Amino acid sequence: MIRYVESRLGLDSWGRRALRKVFPDHWSFLIGEIALFCFIILVATGTFLTLFYRPDAAVVTYEGPYEPLRGQEVSAAFDSVMRLSFEVRAGLVMRQIHHWAALVFVASTVVHMCRVFFTGAFRRPRELNWIVGFTMLMLALGLGFTGYSLPDDLLSGTGLRIGYSALISIPFAGPYIASLAFGGEFPTENVISRLFVLHVMLLPGLTIALLGAHLAILWRQKHTQYRGPGRSESNVVGKGLWPYQALLSLGVMALTAAVLALMGGLVQINPIWLYGPFDATTVSAPSQPDWYMGWLDGATRLFPPWEPTVFGVTIPSMFLPAVLLPGLFFTVVALWPFIERRLTNDAAEHHLLDSPRDEPGRTALGVAGLLFFTVLTLAGGNDLIALTLDIQVESMTRFFRLAMFVVPPVGGALAYRICRQLRDSREHPLGRGSGVVLRRTEQGGFEEVPRS
Amino acid sequence: MLLRSLLAAVVTTIALAAPSLAQQSGRELYERRCASCHGPDGAGREGLGPSLTGAGAAAADYQLRTGRMPLQNPQAQAVRKPSVFSEEETRLLVSFVASLGEGPPIPSVDPGAGDLSSGQSLFIANCAACHGAGGNGGAVGNNAAAPSLYASEPQTMAEAMVSGPGQMPVFGFSEQERNDIIAFISYLQTSEAPGGIDIGGTGPVPEGFVGWFFGLTGLVMVLVLLVGTGSSRAR
Repeated sequence: MIRYVESRLGLDSWGRRALRKVFPDHWSFLIGEIALFCFIILVATGTFLTLFYRPDAAVVTYEGPYEPLRGQEVSAAFDSVMRLSFEVRAGLVMRQIHHWAALVFVASTVVHMCRVFFTGAFRRPRELNWIVGFTMLMLALGLGFTGYSLPDDLLSGTGLRIGYSALISIPFAGPYIASLAFGGEFPTENVISRLFVLHVMLLPGLTIALLGAHLAILWRQKHTQYRGPGRSESNVVGKGLWPYQALLSLGVMALTAAVLALMGGLVQINPIWLYGPFDATTVSAPSQPDWYMGWLDGATRLFPPWEPTVFGVTIPSMFLPAVLLPGLFFTVVALWPFIERRLTNDAAEHHLLDSPRDEPGRTALGVAGLLFFTVLTLAGGNDLIALTLDIQVESMTRFFRLAMFVVPPVGGALAYRICRQLRDSREHPLGRGSGVVLRRTEQGGFEEVPRS
Repeated sequence: MLLRSLLAAVVTTIALAAPSLAQQSGRELYERRCASCHGPDGAGREGLGPSLTGAGAAAADYQLRTGRMPLQNPQAQAVRKPSVFSEEETRLLVSFVASLGEGPPIPSVDPGAGDLSSGQSLFIANCAACHGAGGNGGAVGNNAAAPSLYASEPQTMAEAMVSGPGQMPVFGFSEQERNDIIAFISYLQTSEAPGGIDIGGTGPVPEGFVGWFFGLTGLVMVLVLLVGTGSSRAR
């Protein structure tokens, strides 16, 4: 069989070289693999869900086994998700694995990107792959948003409505874009089938294409690696594809599948039967988007209801926090390799990675950006935090408004100082510690003694 | 024999005198436990407690049975705690408050007569905005929180709907509608959550936390332990 393929395709020499390809064996290189395997699990479970889902806004009467909804008028889409959850064998666990996989997929993508950012792996010649990866993050957000909206329950309807008002808030063109995208004024009957096509065909298709490109570029350019004895700009130190890396990747895949299956089987997610069918006149609280959209929700909660008039056009209050802010943020992220090159005048090729401490400026900026993102994300859950901690919602909002401006620069400055000190001390932060140990005194107190 | 009939006579006398006695001890109890904030005649006190004339039996029964009254700090929101009054004392206080003026009486409630489906849609339209779609409670602003409904009994839930305690509005539901809603909440309280551990039932925020701190963090931890920082040396 192998000989049959070989004699026709002549892959022998390529295959031999491929099997010996070297992969760095540091754990942080595997986060991208987690994202990859999450995506594969998403495609697999998503295919199963597609067999039963109906992208149809037609009104039907729910007659299924979930008693509190029986006899209510729901959309065919909602009805099919209810059938998936309560009647299709393994339907609910598939739905839950799919949703958990989506949350972990975006999370691992972000952490993978952080690894690439903080170690400078995006520098020449890998700017192109940074852009490809960034585009996949955008596609992932699009997939998340469209998927969140498909069950046509009250919560997803609220999310769609917010998306619609963000679109419509764009000055001049907004109303036209929104009307074009939604096929009329919200809520429309077209929107579900459009979201469905985006979610199961267009966006995953693009993601798969870019994934191929991402891996092909990676293969061609070879991996980066951390500095270490014997490692240079012109070699890659690590383990071969066969057997080490191949088996390791299989292990990571099995591990990812296991954790996601565990979560899907044991922890409830998106209980649409509690939210009930979408109804344009009702909004349930607390209504929040999935975590990766939470920062935009937080931004709209924190921004004051300003509606400035520019050139005779009133800018709706949604525009600044929900369109302009993410637009600017994402533009900076996408173009960062080029921005940094301009700032540092460093156009050389780099295959050895920085330790985050080596570039205090970049690290500080990254930390500040992540903190900004975190503050906004937490602000998106301000009502739940207020409830849990027993604090007024209004004081939470005031606190987050302040934190949005104070926390990122302070955190960034702190990161800068820590990097400088670590760089100067040449010590590993998790290595030997502070050099003192605590000892219990006979009186019951504690004293510091130098480590011997 | 004589002694026994004498005793019976005494008991009968006491029983006959009971209504006025009840009123009497209701007032006494009120003066001891409630008057410091609500005033000696139930007219209320500025900054301490609202007037109870017209509060009605439903409000009094709700506040006392759920332990919300008496309240230690008049500025704080009253929350559910074990009631300090016995059944008898509660009844005495409720009838005393009811005697102060016209107010909603204790509504009758029968969750068994409620319709689940109608209850679900009424709940989503009227209650979920504050108490959450899963009835887990939520923050409503103005330093108030809508409590979780998982510990509530049918009787006090009906009383809350007709009396509107705290920030909660008075709902003009019919008795049938009240029974529907309470039937649905009882369903939430007693049915097992489909799909596994119900993580707060408050939607995507706790889900995001679990996704990050169990899902991804768990995966990465295993990788760190398994793979570590690499052992390969240059050849």
